[in-house]
Amino acid sequence: MQIEQQLSEIQNVVDDVLKLALKNGATQAEASMSKVEGIAVSSRMQEVENVEFTNDGGLGISVYVGKRKGSASTADLSKEALTRAVEKAVDIAKYTSEDPCTGLADAELMATEFPDLDLYHPQELDTEKAIATTIEAESAALGYDPRITNSDGASYNANLGMRVYGNTHGINAGYPSSRYSLSCMVIGSQDGDMQRDYAYTVDRQAPLLQSAVSIGQEAAKATVERLGARKINTAQVPILLHKDIASSLFGHYVGAISGGSLYRRSSFLLDSLGKQIFPEWLNIEERPFIKSGLASSSFDNEGVACKDMTIVDGGKLSTYLYTTYSARKLNTQTNGHAGGIHNWLVGDTGHSDSDLLKEMGTGLYVTELMGQGVNTVTGDYSRGAAGFWVENGVIQYPVHEVTIAGCLQDMFAGIVAIGKDKDLRGSVHTGSILINQMKIAGS
Amino acid sequence: MSKSVERHLLSDSGLDVASLERALSGIHRHDTDYADLYFQSSQHESWVLEDGIIKEGSYNIERGVGVRAISGEKTGFAYSDEISEDALVKACNAARSIAPDGGSQKVSSLGRSDYQARYGEKNPILAMQDAEKISLLKAVDAYVRQQEPSANQVVVSISGVYEEILVAASDGTFATDIRPLVRLNCSVLLEDGDRRERGSAGAGGRYAYSFFESDKDGRPYYEQLADDALHMARVNMQAVASPAGAMPVVLGNGWPGVLLHEAVGHGLEGDFNRKGASTFSGKIGQRVAAKGVTVVDDGTLADRRGSLSVDDEGTPTQHNVLIEDGILKGYMQDKHNAKLMGVAPTGNGRRESYAHLPMPRMTNTYMLEGQYDPKEIIASIDKGIYAPNFAGGQVDITSGKFVFSSAEAYLIENGKITAPVKGATLIGNGPEVMQKISMIGNDVALDNGVGVCGKDGQSVPVGVGQPTLKIDELTVGGTA
Repeated sequence: MQIEQQLSEIQNVVDDVLKLALKNGATQAEASMSKVEGIAVSSRMQEVENVEFTNDGGLGISVYVGKRKGSASTADLSKEALTRAVEKAVDIAKYTSEDPCTGLADAELMATEFPDLDLYHPQELDTEKAIATTIEAESAALGYDPRITNSDGASYNANLGMRVYGNTHGINAGYPSSRYSLSCMVIGSQDGDMQRDYAYTVDRQAPLLQSAVSIGQEAAKATVERLGARKINTAQVPILLHKDIASSLFGHYVGAISGGSLYRRSSFLLDSLGKQIFPEWLNIEERPFIKSGLASSSFDNEGVACKDMTIVDGGKLSTYLYTTYSARKLNTQTNGHAGGIHNWLVGDTGHSDSDLLKEMGTGLYVTELMGQGVNTVTGDYSRGAAGFWVENGVIQYPVHEVTIAGCLQDMFAGIVAIGKDKDLRGSVHTGSILINQMKIAGS
Repeated sequence: MSKSVERHLLSDSGLDVASLERALSGIHRHDTDYADLYFQSSQHESWVLEDGIIKEGSYNIERGVGVRAISGEKTGFAYSDEISEDALVKACNAARSIAPDGGSQKVSSLGRSDYQARYGEKNPILAMQDAEKISLLKAVDAYVRQQEPSANQVVVSISGVYEEILVAASDGTFATDIRPLVRLNCSVLLEDGDRRERGSAGAGGRYAYSFFESDKDGRPYYEQLADDALHMARVNMQAVASPAGAMPVVLGNGWPGVLLHEAVGHGLEGDFNRKGASTFSGKIGQRVAAKGVTVVDDGTLADRRGSLSVDDEGTPTQHNVLIEDGILKGYMQDKHNAKLMGVAPTGNGRRESYAHLPMPRMTNTYMLEGQYDPKEIIASIDKGIYAPNFAGGQVDITSGKFVFSSAEAYLIENGKITAPVKGATLIGNGPEVMQKISMIGNDVALDNGVGVCGKDGQSVPVGVGQPTLKIDELTVGGTA
């Protein structure tokens, strides 16, 4: 079946479900539906391990009966199940309370233009080819260095799917998308020490994935470099967050400036609009319409039109991130962030990663973070870390079993530089981040 | 074996035992050693109270069948959200494509297995009227506000799951299970000037919502949970910066057992050990923890969140001793890894749903108690940390490095618990830390039933537990 035809069939289902909701007593309703088909293939020690055929779909519906809300979802897309989901949602709305802030986003905020964002690049789901790719990645990793002694496997995923959103304002929009990824994780040993590391690549277009050989080599190189890691003494030193893990820092920023955290007063960035949070040179732009972008979309999860936005301007907090509900709770208007952010471009200081090491001088180059020790209510930060000890801009030896701690307020203000080489594999595009100082706990 | 589950998952969709045997035989026409079919139907609901009103309610239904075919170390897997003979055959054909045509294995005839039920069969979603669920949420909210009129943000939520599963395998396994699961959570935010702190507490298990209203020391259980949440917020309002560096740490009983889950639990799962990827690989019979340390994984405990009557491969769960008096005794196994390692499955084959492959997972993992009074343990320390509550952790099973983050902690000074300190991440190496356990309390407890374990992108409910423990040295990730 042609993708356009599948899409219009799903749009028809969404339409039917919305009509059914109105018929059952809803005054407003919204529904989203997705369907994703794919393969997930893995090899281990250059032999096939798992071949999975994935096929996931679901429908979620929210109904509003006056100012009361009810929601239901189903993975079973039979007519009976859809009907039951609608009835259940309407039933739930009998028990939820009147809430003046509830309801669909205002009609005039609905997206009306749906440019082709080039998100769909279908390719035949060929398990044989996928297996060949993972084995190639593993072979490259295992052959990289004699200290690579074992493999945790390589995997290849391909997903082709579509997403549709509709509500009773009349919007009913959807688009197909594709996503391909390849990853490899290997184990190295030396003098009884065993370490593992990995590498991965992800893209909407399969031909644009990094080559299997380079992923294997990258995984092996990272693993070998960790061998012989030691603890270091407790100290206060500068920290360089490698670009592969640096986006997590802005992930915490997303949490702290989200409307949901603000109206619950659960953020360390309350009442901070216009305040200096980052250094003056730091800007963050949101670009939802990047062609083939991994976090591109022309509308959010409530049908609200996405737009280009400045998130951080001259280091100042330019905007919070609202959904319809959180915006109403805070007496403002949504800016299209139901469901998350869309392609953040973080500014840089033009440094290469080796420039950043020199700039840091002596400190810890962090390549792995562990655990969830971040409190967005207070900004307190304490996470497990591994990486490399650096002296005078030169890597000395691998480090593990330490923590880095501080508070996000100081960490944000203490960003000294950001590298020009960006990690483009997520929704935040940032380079490596140099922070003036943090507490390392070790021996 | 439940007839009603057979009816819901099979006969209502026009399937019977013969059609399952046909499907399995079809897989074995390819060169496969083992195949299984996993049917599942689940209902999930949640209700959220916030700002004193019932803000959200949601209901989710899911239903489908997963088909797995194994050939040597290879696994083929496919699933369908439709239960019918056609969908089943289609999934079987996809799964068996892992192996070439021409199999010699015969399917054993499916025999209904008997096992002991570890929890009731009642559907918690139906066992309480929706209006009563709302009253429960409001009662928790009212209690919190009565105890702490300045409580700014109170969020109370409950969720209930009712799940029916049926497993049929080419080795003749034929089992069903009915799995109820409920949970209550209470979170509160306190403010004092610019300072804000949140506290939260929760509980759950394989029973009905009425458990939260049952009597605990002369009052409803939910009052105790609300007090726990308030206590955490109040303590953290007073917390000072946590010290940084290596020092003695005392972990409280119950939920801090997340230590065991991360430090040894994952590293003892069969798949990692078969592959030689775990820091514990090849160490059966060796000392991996201090004397006196006995760690078990037990899926048979009545009504527990991590318990299962049978695992997701139809194997009855067991009381599995992992570490006995410091010596590594065994790993946790599913059928696939057990077979490849030449041992018996241990009832630890679990999966998030029909759309996920099973693998070795923990159930309820805990340490048996020792002889020390917890007061003696605290009194033995000049300077250190006492951590009675945690927020979760993570482990690298290859290097053995693990972290877990405290949610409530105090300084120990001269044998006494003194100032509360801010939450900090603790980091260590599993096998090393287990050897540094020097005192084991006589107060073993299991957690309240809120654990969620993630592995390879799959979440399953688990339990943890332990007595109060002293670890002679652990790195505390503070700022002071």
